[in-house]
Amino acid sequence: MEQRTIRVLVAKPGLDGHDRGAKVISRALRDAGMEVIYTGLRQTPEMIAEAALQEDVDVVGLSILSGAHMALVPRVLEQLKINGLDHVRIFVGGIIPEKDAASLLSMGVTGVYGPGTTMASVVTDVRQAVLGERVA
Amino acid sequence: MSVKPSSVSGLRKELSPYELADRVRAGDRFALARLLTEVENDTSTGRQAMDRLYTETGGAHRIGVTGAPGTGKSSLVNQLARLYRRERPGFTPRRVAIVAVDPSSPFTGGALLGDRVRMRDLTGDPGIFIRSMASRGALGGLARSTAAVVQVFDAAGFDVVLIETVGAGQAEVDIAALAHTTLVVEAPGLGDDIQAIKAGILEIADILVVNKADRPGAEHTLRSLQMMLEMANPGEKLYLHPNCPLPPLPPEEITPIPSAEPENNPASIRWTVPVLATVATVSTGVELLFQVILDHEAYLHASGEWQRREWSRLQSELGTLLQSSLVARWRESVSEERYRSVLRSLAGRQVSPYQAVSSLMDPEEKAWMRTQMRDADA
Repeated sequence: MEQRTIRVLVAKPGLDGHDRGAKVISRALRDAGMEVIYTGLRQTPEMIAEAALQEDVDVVGLSILSGAHMALVPRVLEQLKINGLDHVRIFVGGIIPEKDAASLLSMGVTGVYGPGTTMASVVTDVRQAVLGERVA
Repeated sequence: MSVKPSSVSGLRKELSPYELADRVRAGDRFALARLLTEVENDTSTGRQAMDRLYTETGGAHRIGVTGAPGTGKSSLVNQLARLYRRERPGFTPRRVAIVAVDPSSPFTGGALLGDRVRMRDLTGDPGIFIRSMASRGALGGLARSTAAVVQVFDAAGFDVVLIETVGAGQAEVDIAALAHTTLVVEAPGLGDDIQAIKAGILEIADILVVNKADRPGAEHTLRSLQMMLEMANPGEKLYLHPNCPLPPLPPEEITPIPSAEPENNPASIRWTVPVLATVATVSTGVELLFQVILDHEAYLHASGEWQRREWSRLQSELGTLLQSSLVARWRESVSEERYRSVLRSLAGRQVSPYQAVSSLMDPEEKAWMRTQMRDADA
């Protein structure tokens, strides 16, 4: 099977207006040869799930700095499921306490990243999550 | 802090061509998104599904929106899509698909597709479907598979397909070959009146738009464009398609749709390219632009121009497909070893590029043998 270009949706759910992190990660994934669909600030979970459906992405990256991750992430997961997108991998980046990170992972999030994460490690993890299972 | 990815679960389920075609026909958005991916990647699944859906295409009005980066193409597309969805006396809302193309990196192949940022008003409407595409190395302002992706939307029953090109400079004119109606978007301050009379992108416009018309210099831009149009020769305008072995559709095969006004004889109907001023972010002038697009659509039908454009587009598409499949078939018949050896003699300046080609095209490989022998002698 030919290697498909990995498509990633990067979104900022909720109300915080700091999108530098989202832009930096978008740029890093772009430089790793992925197609990144950047949707911008203040996205609702419904908007994110709709964009993920239309763009047929492999991965959704959520950047959340507002502290509302425990409210927002489950709603995004639920909306994705409603749209039949169970196969889409979710990565969350932001200021996420250790304890919350663990429960996000148990909800089905694939990876959680905080300050100090290297771009290379995110790229590797995204690649592995999308392509790893195809090889196996 | 970084939490390592949890173990993988939930496979991406592949759908068969039949399943895709049937579900797209039934209006399933998930299958539509999937088919778009297959067609974008030019897979055999995508091709087979389109074989089944092709008879349902031909209904959509394809509107191209092109222009330099940052002139406001995405914002205009956003506004136009909203107007197509709004009900008003004498107008039934139409289903709108948007194909937005952004450039791929020539170094990594990656892309940042940011056109959705300007289209957030359009979410939650089932009559709208937005798809972002990376140009993937194509240079004409579209991706190689944009035409095929547009065809999928056409088959899926979208009445209007808005195609937004890569931010275009002077020569990215592929959109004119694909669209029925081409909008070229300019903004104030992007060049003097000599820019306005150059060949290329301005020529392909069916409608010229000066967006950001609240900025200083807008008057001047409007005037330059108007002047350019007055100088233009209002003759026949049919896109010169590459790969068109045949002349355009003969006039006797064109059957224009009769206009409501009987005095409008198809041969005498002319389209005069209008120059419109808009400020997309606050919807100034957009209503008029929308009306002019509807007028152009009516003109295309009434003059037979729609049919002529379809004919030459399909002719060129067939030519391109033939070319690429002939190359593919030929490539299969030539061994890797032979190809490399000819390339080596080309690099060693032993044969010219033309000799290399004729040697590779020679079915009996005589030329190749000669090169081989010469290599052995050396």
